[in-house]
Amino acid sequence: MSAGRAVAAAGDSATFAFTAENVTKANAIVAKYPQGKQQSALLPLLDLAQRQNGGWLPQAALDYVADFLTLARIRVYEVATFYTMFNLKPVGQHHVQVCTTTPCWLRGSDQVLEACRHHLGIGVGETTADGKFTLSEVECLAACVNAPVVWVGDDYYEDLDAASTVKLLDGLAAGKPPKAGPQVKRQTSAPANGAKTLVRKGV
Amino acid sequence: MLADKDRIFTNLYGDQDWRLAAARARGDWDGTKAIIEKGQDWIIDEMKKSGLRGRGGAGFPTGLKWSFMPKKSDGRPSYLVVNADEGEPGTCKDRDMMRHDPHKLIEGCLLAGFAMRAVAAYIYIRGELIREEQTLQAAINEAYAAGLIGKNACGSGYDFDVFVHRGAGAYICGEETALIESLEGKKGQPRLKPPFPAATGVWGCPTTINNVETIAVAPTILRRGASWFASFGRPNNTGTKVFCIAGHVNTPCNVEEAMGIPMRELIETHAGGVRGGWDNLLAVIPGGSSTPLLPRSICDTVLMDFDALRDVKSGLGTAAVIVMDKSTDIIRAIGRLAKFYMHESCGQCTPCREGTGWMWRVLERMARGQARLEEIDLLLDVANQVDGHTICALGDAAAWPVQGLIRHFRGEIEDRIRKAHVAPSRAA
Repeated sequence: MSAGRAVAAAGDSATFAFTAENVTKANAIVAKYPQGKQQSALLPLLDLAQRQNGGWLPQAALDYVADFLTLARIRVYEVATFYTMFNLKPVGQHHVQVCTTTPCWLRGSDQVLEACRHHLGIGVGETTADGKFTLSEVECLAACVNAPVVWVGDDYYEDLDAASTVKLLDGLAAGKPPKAGPQVKRQTSAPANGAKTLVRKGV
Repeated sequence: MLADKDRIFTNLYGDQDWRLAAARARGDWDGTKAIIEKGQDWIIDEMKKSGLRGRGGAGFPTGLKWSFMPKKSDGRPSYLVVNADEGEPGTCKDRDMMRHDPHKLIEGCLLAGFAMRAVAAYIYIRGELIREEQTLQAAINEAYAAGLIGKNACGSGYDFDVFVHRGAGAYICGEETALIESLEGKKGQPRLKPPFPAATGVWGCPTTINNVETIAVAPTILRRGASWFASFGRPNNTGTKVFCIAGHVNTPCNVEEAMGIPMRELIETHAGGVRGGWDNLLAVIPGGSSTPLLPRSICDTVLMDFDALRDVKSGLGTAAVIVMDKSTDIIRAIGRLAKFYMHESCGQCTPCREGTGWMWRVLERMARGQARLEEIDLLLDVANQVDGHTICALGDAAAWPVQGLIRHFRGEIEDRIRKAHVAPSRAA
């Protein structure tokens, strides 16, 4: 269950407000939904706030979004604690989220997770002392034919093993992450030894 | 093997451009206006004749579902909601459709939305698929700019909007009423039915929820004809289908094939076969994590469609095939799925909230052999008490893999327990 995480967290920023650019974005999001149904914009607005605030949502941000949408604060708290993508305490610059559900596990996610633990020197749920990396274990990311998969920032890194995981972490640390997608020679979800279907070129 | 000319998703692997010009060259948006001009009844009738059953797991007949929507508005608008909250372990087909063939989905939204007299479509995409959402939104912007959607869509006189809404990481939001709650900005906790969404759905308005693949195949069916689509597969199990083949195969992949293809042929033709050969096969989960696993003896001959897999007490589900070879600790594999369901239970119904965690803890012990033999029946009893006793199907989905494990691998669990009891010191 995803419930059970406290809203208040150490290091809460006292104030939060959208930047002018994000106010424009937020208003455009609200406009996607019928008049009076602005609560529908809650998930996207929390995502926007989290991106503005370096990857996590202090209580001030939750309260700000509640006021922005004229919602009772409890409506925002219950949503923020329900969905796993909302971080209610600070996370590192790179949030490394390793899928360990059965399809990834069958393809070696234990080795990928162990490579992360060993290379970063932290356990699951922890952040490195320099604040660069947070390590998390997550459930199925829906890229199972490219297992094992790690999700960092906005991208999936796929077809990993221990060695390519270390390469990914080193790349992130150096500010030069590898190209997202399969970390072996492979066209997206096609078989690694070449597509057997749709082989005709051109249209 | 299905011929390339009969594949709907001709850019499944994204080796070609996803943008409008390339999509049009592949046949998308061809004669859309003419299809609309044939009218709502013709579209729904053609969908019924095609035999298309929903591609999100439940397999409900699509044309029939569309026909439940009100033909005359009582003042409330109607909505189409596309379920793109793909997250059933093993499943990764909708992702490819959205990032590589987004115009098929957008055109499908217009045609399905028109057929059910909806004013707009909301595509609910899972929160993690950030890049896919960006591609889809860019494709929607192209479609608006080209006059294909929006006011007077395709010059048909019909006004239709398409919006994307991103979730935030909750598997339960793939359940249609939880998805509606989430789209309304709430916790994703399923609603009791009735009322069904076609009567009272999102914002209290008539709503139909369809999977990405269901909507994305509709334009091709309507262009090429119901009889073309129905010529693949078996009666009641027609058409083509995108399969995902993951786990212990030599070359995991997604592939579109005819429904009813033998499982062995699917795995050997497209995924390079089982690692170590077919004889090294232990079991297959045939349709995403919630479908009960099948031992090799059944995999030898079973066909990949709704009815054939139902007949062996499993299901086609999302057609996500998870292959496990003989090196697999099958108790741990299913135990990990139990943990998944525990994590994803919304907490609303007691049998699921408490039962999923209980089943996981017992399976963890059983994997180490630290259990009593009579606990196998107790586990089965608890699984049976979760199954069918919750508001939504997540409880069922959590129970089925456990039931399947005990049905086919009871001996394996017994051996594990016996061995641990004979030599407890060696285990340490």
